[in-house]
Amino acid sequence: MFFGVPITGATIAFFVLALIIIASGVFLMSLQKVMHMALALGGVFLGVAGIFFLLGADFVAVVQIMIYAGAITILMVFALTLTQTGDDTEPSGHIVHKVVAFLVSAVIVVAVLLTVKATPWPVGQVGVQPFGPNVVAEIGKAMFHVYTIPFELVSLVLTVALVGAAVIARKEEE
Amino acid sequence: MTLQPFLALGAILFGIGLFGALTRRNAIIVLISIEMMLNASNINLVAFSHFAVNVTIDGLVYALFNIALAGAEVAVGLAILLAIFRAKNSNDIRDMNSMKW
Repeated sequence: MFFGVPITGATIAFFVLALIIIASGVFLMSLQKVMHMALALGGVFLGVAGIFFLLGADFVAVVQIMIYAGAITILMVFALTLTQTGDDTEPSGHIVHKVVAFLVSAVIVVAVLLTVKATPWPVGQVGVQPFGPNVVAEIGKAMFHVYTIPFELVSLVLTVALVGAAVIARKEEE
Repeated sequence: MTLQPFLALGAILFGIGLFGALTRRNAIIVLISIEMMLNASNINLVAFSHFAVNVTIDGLVYALFNIALAGAEVAVGLAILLAIFRAKNSNDIRDMNSMKW
């Protein structure tokens, strides 16, 4: 027993992944060079993908790796290199500002943690693969039968956003 | 495993992202912090779906929608930041106040 949690393979995997995520997040907030921050971001995203694998959500984990760890991290690196202004270190802000921001975040996190601890969560039948053997087929059915209209709306939003991004980022002609 | 460790991990990741979004000066790092907060919510969605009394696939579908919308947000956000950088030659979030009254 470790903090009241039985030691199994899943528990060890969870603690290792949580350590990776939190350490990468703290590195992200403490590193000074922006390019190193982008690399730490990849660590956070890959750790979250590992958590999804642990929860039996294989498809979401693979999507997370492809879109977040692949596309968004690379996009951020491109944006960081395109908007470089000479010194690539982050200017340190006002100390009072940082202390207040830290206090606000800490109060919110502690309140959420206490609520999570105090709430009696209903416990269902938990298996290693609760979603069944073919998660992808289930997701496909849910998307195209139950969530058809939200799915179409998301595709519309994506199209509008990508066209809008191309228009905004285009160099204005004289 | 139980539900609580996953919710705690999501809360901590959200807190780190919130701190970054509040303190950072580089606008792209602020965008990165917002992505981390969205990821924390994705962890919660998938964890609730996994540990529900009647297991359904809904949480995973919500998480996928969330990822798609986060991708759209990043595309538009970076486009706006590039346009601002071209106009002002700065990526400091404090310089982006010309529409503030």
